[in-house]
Amino acid sequence: MTRVYVPKDSTAVSLGADEVAAAFLAHGCDVVRTGSRGLFWLEPLVEVDTPEGRVGYGPVGAADVGGLIAAGLGRSDAHPLAIGLVEEHPFLKSQQRLTFRRLGIVDPASVNDYVAHGGYAGLRNALSMTGAEIVQSVTDSGLRGRGGAAFPTGIKWKTVLDQPVAQKYVTCNADEGDSGTFADRLIMEGDPFTLIEGMTIAGIAVGATQGYVYCRVEYPESIAALRTAIAAAKAAGYLGDNICESGHRFELDVRVAAGAYVCGEETSMLQSIEGKRGEVRVRPPLPAIEGLFGKPTIVNNVMSLASVPVILEKGAAFYRDFGMGRSRGTIALQLAGNLKRGGLVERAFGVTLREVLYDYGGGSASGRPLKAVQVGGPLGAYLPESQFDTPFDYEAFAAVGALVGHGGIVAFDDTADMAALARYAFEFCAYESCGKCTPCRIGSTRGANVIDNLLAGRDPERQKQLLGELCETLLHGSLCGLGGMTPFPVQSAMKHFPDEFAPRSRH
Amino acid sequence: MTSDETAELQAVEAAIARHGHEPGPLIVVLHAIQDALGYIPESSIPRIAEGLNLARSEVYGVVTFYHYFRTHKPGTRTVQICRAEACQARGCQALERHARETLGIDFHETTADGATSLEMVFCMGNCATGPAVRIDGRLYSHVTPERFDALLAHQEGAQ
Repeated sequence: MTRVYVPKDSTAVSLGADEVAAAFLAHGCDVVRTGSRGLFWLEPLVEVDTPEGRVGYGPVGAADVGGLIAAGLGRSDAHPLAIGLVEEHPFLKSQQRLTFRRLGIVDPASVNDYVAHGGYAGLRNALSMTGAEIVQSVTDSGLRGRGGAAFPTGIKWKTVLDQPVAQKYVTCNADEGDSGTFADRLIMEGDPFTLIEGMTIAGIAVGATQGYVYCRVEYPESIAALRTAIAAAKAAGYLGDNICESGHRFELDVRVAAGAYVCGEETSMLQSIEGKRGEVRVRPPLPAIEGLFGKPTIVNNVMSLASVPVILEKGAAFYRDFGMGRSRGTIALQLAGNLKRGGLVERAFGVTLREVLYDYGGGSASGRPLKAVQVGGPLGAYLPESQFDTPFDYEAFAAVGALVGHGGIVAFDDTADMAALARYAFEFCAYESCGKCTPCRIGSTRGANVIDNLLAGRDPERQKQLLGELCETLLHGSLCGLGGMTPFPVQSAMKHFPDEFAPRSRH
Repeated sequence: MTSDETAELQAVEAAIARHGHEPGPLIVVLHAIQDALGYIPESSIPRIAEGLNLARSEVYGVVTFYHYFRTHKPGTRTVQICRAEACQARGCQALERHARETLGIDFHETTADGATSLEMVFCMGNCATGPAVRIDGRLYSHVTPERFDALLAHQEGAQ
């Protein structure tokens, strides 16, 4: 029986992958549902084993299935949809997939498949080390928080390790709310055991016995995939009272978020896991000292935790050898918005924005020139074409007033209205503000008003000055990044596209 | 007691019995109720508070803080449209306008016949193939205004 691999990833399904899988089943094929490789313009991307490796076809519709089988599945050049050996595809071949090395290859529901593809080797190593040695290894790897703040992960873990408290927690921030980001989703849907393994290693390292994944409600497929994987890991002895017969205990649960963007901020997320309003807490105390339910808590992003298994498997030096400057290892870049080839690019730090936009992304989907790119989510700066040569590196991005954030890249062509986008940044902040601090709660609404007044031509010089002052107040006076970073998209849009903020005549 | 009230009571009691013992259970309980009923009736707030040993104001505060929780019965089907930047870069503003005009309602509203609720969401992680729309849990890519009409008509045909 011919075995075909059809993604169950939500983007692939949104493009018809379920119907394609059903058609292969109807033709008597053995269908394995995998995650997506992250080549979204080719989804649904169907793969078949050959002696040389998996060959792919895409984008496949249910109506193509009969023809594909008739042409002889696996004979790579025998069909117009054939893309040849998938791993030789230019979009994939030049990537450096460490965290995502199993993505689109394994069955996300199968522990055995995970182990067969190198899974749990990191945990095996960790079980032979002391907690302090594991933490040292993560520190030495140079891994910095991939959620956006880029704080050294090992330092955070050491703080938790050093607390002489019996109950500690590991929490994973999977409230991936930034527009243009889907790396967390791809891992949770496509290779959830990597995240589970990373969290288990974190728990063993710092002496925490309970973990929570705080996953956004907008990701029902991720929640389901995680729950299936957690049950499978538990049944196989990789979670529970006696992990791999080591005597270590670690339990893991999924907590479902409820549509508040601010809960991606770490203290707000902890409030939400506790069942409260997601209002930001004042720091100190740091969550590493007084976090969930007042206990020492690791709060890490999905990407940070999912990078831990490879570090423990191959060693800190292996990981640290990728990257540039103080940005070590790889980063998951997510190509979104108006690009011809959207998807996931995992590369060592140092790749430039231009390479990512054109070599991988293929330029705009609309065929028009790219005008601005927002990197790092709704709180990230807009970069104009003159900054496209900036390399992905936390410090290099900071130097041009931008941020890497969670690695989301949203491209706009020359039809984008930058003043409307700046106004949207305020509108979004107003909608999502938790209301605890005044600059964010009130400043966001005022900001949208001021842009309206500016575009209406009501004393424009005064509005510009007001907007500048307002941005300064938000920047310095907000409790967390939501208010504190909303000025980034606004000010970058004004700086690089000043003409678009001129008074407009009414249409 | 009407059948709606009976269903409401059962859902609330089942959620509290099943999840009330978990650490910080309120949001877990609220999800279970909304999963069962499609919304969280305001009339259930006193019972949730009592069952979890919380003040009514705390429960009310949490229900109203989160965009996802709703206190009014939704339409037969729920249509979520992504309004975030990546979908804007693919033209979701035109889709938003079209959806509001076609359905004759704004976001967070339900059509008069109770058929359709319209919600806005900010990102479903489907950012490379927007505009993205989810209808009753099923995600769709590349939703132009024409495709939107076709999807709704197809759904009506299926019902």
